[in-house]
Amino acid sequence: MSVPTTYVVALSAFLFIVGVLGVLVRRNAIVIFMSVELMLNSANLAFIAFARGTEALSGHVFVFFVIAVAAAEVAVGLALIVAIFRNKQSIDVDRVTSLRG
Amino acid sequence: MTLDFALFALLAFVAIVTAILMLTSQNSVYSALFLVLNFGTVAVFYLLLNAPFIAMLQITVYAGAIMVLFLFVIMLLGRERAETEPSLPYQMPVAIVLGCILVLLLGYALLSGQTGAGEAIAVAMEGFGSPQAVGELLFTGYLIPFEVTSILLLVAMVGAILLTRDEPQEGESQ
Repeated sequence: MSVPTTYVVALSAFLFIVGVLGVLVRRNAIVIFMSVELMLNSANLAFIAFARGTEALSGHVFVFFVIAVAAAEVAVGLALIVAIFRNKQSIDVDRVTSLRG
Repeated sequence: MTLDFALFALLAFVAIVTAILMLTSQNSVYSALFLVLNFGTVAVFYLLLNAPFIAMLQITVYAGAIMVLFLFVIMLLGRERAETEPSLPYQMPVAIVLGCILVLLLGYALLSGQTGAGEAIAVAMEGFGSPQAVGELLFTGYLIPFEVTSILLLVAMVGAILLTRDEPQEGESQ
């Protein structure tokens, strides 16, 4: 696909902004977490686009590490959400107002 | 060029629409399924951008493992529709205004030519982004970070088990 790198980066910027809006607007903790995943994914798309543009393979290796970190983050984050749900019977972030769990 | 551009426009349309539907769905199961479709579309982008290894990784790890974990937790908690009235009534307009400002900033950053990649790129060299090429770089230049990643995954696994185990009863020894 011989589309300019700028177009792909623009798409990735738009997906990132949708993720930012998801974190800001929604209050369901799981949907907020999915928006964070969308932001990570858009950053990966920008990495791949620039790797293609500059013919540097290091971008691919960096995406590999980002995916590994995202997998670890999802495991811990969902465990945290389950633990919060056990305490509060809710996953609404507006209900989680005290720091003592 | 025009066929490539049409393909790009179609895929970008699917990616943007699924992302927005993910954001606006009231049922979080629908959100998760739209996000799976979005990840699949991005995987097709990776294939078109000479990154077949990353595309397969995206399908197996993101669309496979991570989203199954999300769906599993949504079903486990059974609160897929939980959403109350916002405690800050002005939060949503402020968020949308700030998002529009971010769009303007990113558009300015892209159009000001800092990327310097406005022209079409020729098809990359043979074998670029193949599993063999990525693996060779991963196990030579990036060996230490690769090994550290295994420790990170182990810590995440232990942390997830520790966070979700049952609390010990009062007075009972650990």
